[in-house]
Amino acid sequence: MAGPLLLSLKLASIVALLLLVVGVPASYWLAFSKWRGKFLVESVVALPLVLPPTVLGFYVLVAMGPCGPLGKLWGAFFGHGLAFTFGGLVLASVLYSLPFTVQPLTAAFESVDRKLLDASAVLGAGKLRTFWQVILPLSIPGVVTAVVLSFAHTMGEFGVVLMVGGNLAGVTRTASIAVYDDVQALDYAAANQTALVLLLISFAVLCAVYGMNRRVWKLWPAS
Amino acid sequence: MEAVASELKPDALIARVRASRRNKNSAPFVLDVSVEVPVGITILFGPSGAGKSTLLDCTAGLVRPEEGRIALGEKILFDTETRVNLPPQRRRMGYLFQSAALFPHMSVEENVAYGLDQLPANVRHEQVREILKAFRVEGLRTRKPGEISGGEAQRVALARSLVTEPRTLLLDEPLTGLDAELKSSIVDDLRAWNAAKRIPILYVTHSREEVDALGERVIALENGRVVSSGSPMDVLDAPRRKRLAQAAGFENLLAGTVHDLREADGVMRVRLGETACEIEVPLGYAAAGTRVRVAIRAGDILLATEQPRGLSARNVIEGKINSLERRGTMVIVRVDCGVTFLAHVTPGAVRSLELAAGRKVWLVIKTHSCHVVD
Repeated sequence: MAGPLLLSLKLASIVALLLLVVGVPASYWLAFSKWRGKFLVESVVALPLVLPPTVLGFYVLVAMGPCGPLGKLWGAFFGHGLAFTFGGLVLASVLYSLPFTVQPLTAAFESVDRKLLDASAVLGAGKLRTFWQVILPLSIPGVVTAVVLSFAHTMGEFGVVLMVGGNLAGVTRTASIAVYDDVQALDYAAANQTALVLLLISFAVLCAVYGMNRRVWKLWPAS
Repeated sequence: MEAVASELKPDALIARVRASRRNKNSAPFVLDVSVEVPVGITILFGPSGAGKSTLLDCTAGLVRPEEGRIALGEKILFDTETRVNLPPQRRRMGYLFQSAALFPHMSVEENVAYGLDQLPANVRHEQVREILKAFRVEGLRTRKPGEISGGEAQRVALARSLVTEPRTLLLDEPLTGLDAELKSSIVDDLRAWNAAKRIPILYVTHSREEVDALGERVIALENGRVVSSGSPMDVLDAPRRKRLAQAAGFENLLAGTVHDLREADGVMRVRLGETACEIEVPLGYAAAGTRVRVAIRAGDILLATEQPRGLSARNVIEGKINSLERRGTMVIVRVDCGVTFLAHVTPGAVRSLELAAGRKVWLVIKTHSCHVVD
């Protein structure tokens, strides 16, 4: 039980961190861009919410395969493919959990009073300083929500992992895959152990988010 | 003419701006003005939607005009011809918003220090301390904006704008919602500061009191255009135009038709709207049948709960109270007399006269409180 769980925790931590790095600029852009085609990007980011994980996993797998663009690029640098590796899993998970980072962040950035941004600019602050000193500190609940939700969501993903990672012990066999495996092997006791831990982690995480601030997380910021 | 004037006053703010805004629900709004704001306080006056805030936003660089030129003395801040557009952070403007817009996560001290990040820490602290003292808010140093009152917040915001030594000060209805005493003390602070620094100050308001307290010059804006400018008396005391009358504190603006002229009495009677309600107004140069508007300040209307007799006031109109609405130390009473009148009374008067919706009352209006406009 410990192996797959640790792997899931490792995957979720890395993905949550990477998503924060990618998600903050993306969300800033989504919150403040006046480009009329913004809805296109919003739709792409929200796709994983509605797409069956197998569909997403399928395309990611094809892209990562030895003939896919991502696989070729990765291979050129690292000498081996991306599919069925931990790196591939991280990449797929980042895509899959993207909306869970971007939506709370965008909502949080958008809810910062625009007058404060005007005040900051008039007082001599550039966009970067305004972001660090005004927008980000006022969006902390949204940032925490984003990190926690993307972490929890990555912990619980199944379809994408199965498609992209397969089921390699110690490499890509995450907790959710292990539960599936155990059930297939009729080892209900083992399945229950892992499942229960996953359930408890997920519940604790959601309690933390909702308990802290129920306003920041909504399905999609009205914009 | 502008060029001559600007030579005389090297630090004046000169703005020629055309900016349009499209709203979903209304016709596109176009601001098209050319204003000169010399050193000292200039009031920007007009009804809401006239474009006052848009003009301030363009000046500060928060809104980009489609066409125009904004200069502060020799320094060009914006010019479509030479493609100059300084971002707001490089325009050195102080801008005080109606909402104070203090950063809620920072203490009062940190808020005031925000614009001074270029200075070494010890100089910065010294300057912050000084200005907090000058504005009598040094006791609030470590408080957060959520822990101070609206008046204190506005004072801190003013200190935050002024500590950066701006070259122009823009104020967007900064005193709306504050009580009278606080208002006048902030006005005093602002006047004192103006006397010491002498920079152009553009002050947006639609409060007549603030105009009287502060105004050296008034620019009246209406529907995106400058309709008049000059001394407060010139601009405001002759409500010739409907929208201006509204802004100048004439809460009642009633359309009517001149019914008959009584030259011997120095009055004429105006029939309001399509109703039988008639009102006596000072004689003007209008013929019977002319459509006019009558402007009456809500504060000039008396309410009586019994039909009054033996008054010099010529207009006693019977009506029924529609609604009462408390606004600070004042109650707005809507009275239906066929047309709706607004009257201001004190909460005490409401209590002692037992005014309530549905109650029959008589409005008492002096003839000379009725101003014919248009």
